[in-house]
Amino acid sequence: MENIAGTKPALNWAVNISVVFLVVLWLVPTVGLLVSSFRDREQIAVSAWWKSPFPVAQNFAAKANLDNLTERDGLFVIEGNIFTEGGNDEGSIAAFGGARTSPDGTQPGDTAELTRDRTLTVQANGDYVYTSPAEITRAPSIYFASETPPDFSLENYEIILTSDNMDRAFINTLTVTIPATIIPILIAAFAAYALAWMDFPGRGVLIALVVGLLVVPLQLALVPMLQLHNKVGIGQSYLGIWLAHTGFGLPLAIYLLRNYMVGLPRDIIESAKVDGATDFQVFTKIVLPLSFPALASFAIFQFLWTWNDLLVAKVFLPSNSESWVMTVKIADDLLGSRGGDWGILAAAAFISIAVPLIVFFTMQRYLVRGLLAGSVK
Amino acid sequence: MSPIMQGIITIIVGVGGCVGYFYLSNLVLDKVIFPPKAGDKGRNINRATMVRPWLFLFPAMFALGLYLVYPVIGSFWRSLFNRAGDEFIGFGNYSSMFADSAFQTAFLNNFLWVLVVPAMATFLGLLVAQLTDRLSWGNIAKSLIFMPMAISFVGASLIWRFVYANNPDIGIINAMRDFVGLAPIDVLQIPFWNNFFLMVILIWIQTGFAMVILSAALRGIPEETVEAAIIDGANPFQIFFKIKVPQIMGTIVVVWTTITILVLKVFDIVYAMTGGNFETEILPSYMMDFMFRDDGRATAVAFVIMIIVLPVMIWNIRQARKEMN
Repeated sequence: MENIAGTKPALNWAVNISVVFLVVLWLVPTVGLLVSSFRDREQIAVSAWWKSPFPVAQNFAAKANLDNLTERDGLFVIEGNIFTEGGNDEGSIAAFGGARTSPDGTQPGDTAELTRDRTLTVQANGDYVYTSPAEITRAPSIYFASETPPDFSLENYEIILTSDNMDRAFINTLTVTIPATIIPILIAAFAAYALAWMDFPGRGVLIALVVGLLVVPLQLALVPMLQLHNKVGIGQSYLGIWLAHTGFGLPLAIYLLRNYMVGLPRDIIESAKVDGATDFQVFTKIVLPLSFPALASFAIFQFLWTWNDLLVAKVFLPSNSESWVMTVKIADDLLGSRGGDWGILAAAAFISIAVPLIVFFTMQRYLVRGLLAGSVK
Repeated sequence: MSPIMQGIITIIVGVGGCVGYFYLSNLVLDKVIFPPKAGDKGRNINRATMVRPWLFLFPAMFALGLYLVYPVIGSFWRSLFNRAGDEFIGFGNYSSMFADSAFQTAFLNNFLWVLVVPAMATFLGLLVAQLTDRLSWGNIAKSLIFMPMAISFVGASLIWRFVYANNPDIGIINAMRDFVGLAPIDVLQIPFWNNFFLMVILIWIQTGFAMVILSAALRGIPEETVEAAIIDGANPFQIFFKIKVPQIMGTIVVVWTTITILVLKVFDIVYAMTGGNFETEILPSYMMDFMFRDDGRATAVAFVIMIIVLPVMIWNIRQARKEMN
């Protein structure tokens, strides 16, 4: 189809360029988050993430070192180096000043005239000379603007994981997700087999029921099921959320698996039955292994759905901070307490989306297959 | 007990319990209740065959009934009672809710969401599907546009908080405004239009879903129809709109309705971006405002959502039944 009539080179170019444009448009927000999560918090505040590969101009304040005070020709002089005294070995002064009102009014190498006949000279490498006709009793301030090189580190991740309990939330999410993914698969697989390969009155009605339940908004279940959980003693707990996720995941599980199982070749199943296999054996030895792709599809769906869920976790888990999952932690805690701390927020978000992204990119094939089986009729 | 241990035990008990239930119930059925012994061997086998499907179905049907069927009735019943749940007030929750201006805003906003999000996501999905169809690097492009599907709504909201940030050194939108000399603006506080900025997030997520399904549908179009159109001198646009789109109309409708249903359920984006402030409330987030505070009102909102979803549900069931016959 490459060289068929109707395909013009100009059109090809237009297609390529528009796809590039769309892909960039789709990626930019996520890339921004990823880059920001590795940046120094102070750099985030003064330079945009798309400028992050370049040095950042920042304003600093330092104190001249009074220990170096000497008297020379009737002038009191302090000499030193801003960077070595500040603990940084290198850097370069872009501009400096001796007063808060003009922190970057003088070029390096020039001399700034200050109040009370004092002067300040700072070289580009940070060497400074501060002079005063009168005795200097308090260490004078030196303001300077300096270019700092791009600063990428894992600091944000360290902070969020150690002091903000995000590690706890990560484990909580994992704890919710894994049982809530495995259990519905088993239950649904048996039901799907019955709906696909066993003959009994009412089968059509049950299939229709499952299809109908696919779209029931789970908002309906929140109040009555929480009440029921409280009544039978489960309350807001992990057990409660596992049961809830199992219930909410079943319609899609049964639907996907049944659609797949119906498509398995009839000959295999019938010849097994003729050879004396029971339904239980047919299911465990033939249908289940053959249905692996559908099982994988649903497992990925359910995993992503439970991992990313906020609503069910807010309702069915206790609301204390020890049982927060990551989505609740971000939405209810970090957005408030760390609202302006963009680096920390970015790191937190990236921790919460890293696992789904890995699952997504490694098992995309099954996800796509599941989507197609679940939607295209 | 630490949650991890609890989780591991649950997996073992859950999986073991399921396997044990299915295995043992089959065993009991075949060996104890209807043993195929001499005399009524044939009759017993037949009886066992009649009972077995229900053994297979029981756990699933029980869970579905409990977690999805019972709540429809339970929620409706609860919505007829007052806040404390001890006084029957008929449709009092509904009438006070419809009179509440916040509910009206939420309802109208949700209507906007239902109009815009499925349409845009389906349109963009179709566009990308068509553009990448014959592209050598089409699969990579599709994979990247599909990626937001894996990201949680909360994560996506945070990602877009960066884009919308007020500070021109963080938010791209304000950086562009800054570049042309305009003052920074908080897009989430512009009345009415802020809704659209929130919708963008869901469109960003759902376009990939629409694209994957529509892309498969485009691949499924018989090649001859396209070739015939080319021979007849149709240009690429005519081929797309007059040959391809009509053939995948069924799939487009399915994608459209699936996203519509989703729009009625997602509260995370509004919750994480504005908390429903600045007139951005939609029904699911409006419901969460009352959850834990006024169960009567919360269930009433949930039931309104259910009624809006109902036509789609009926249509889905009819389609499914048609297919089976």
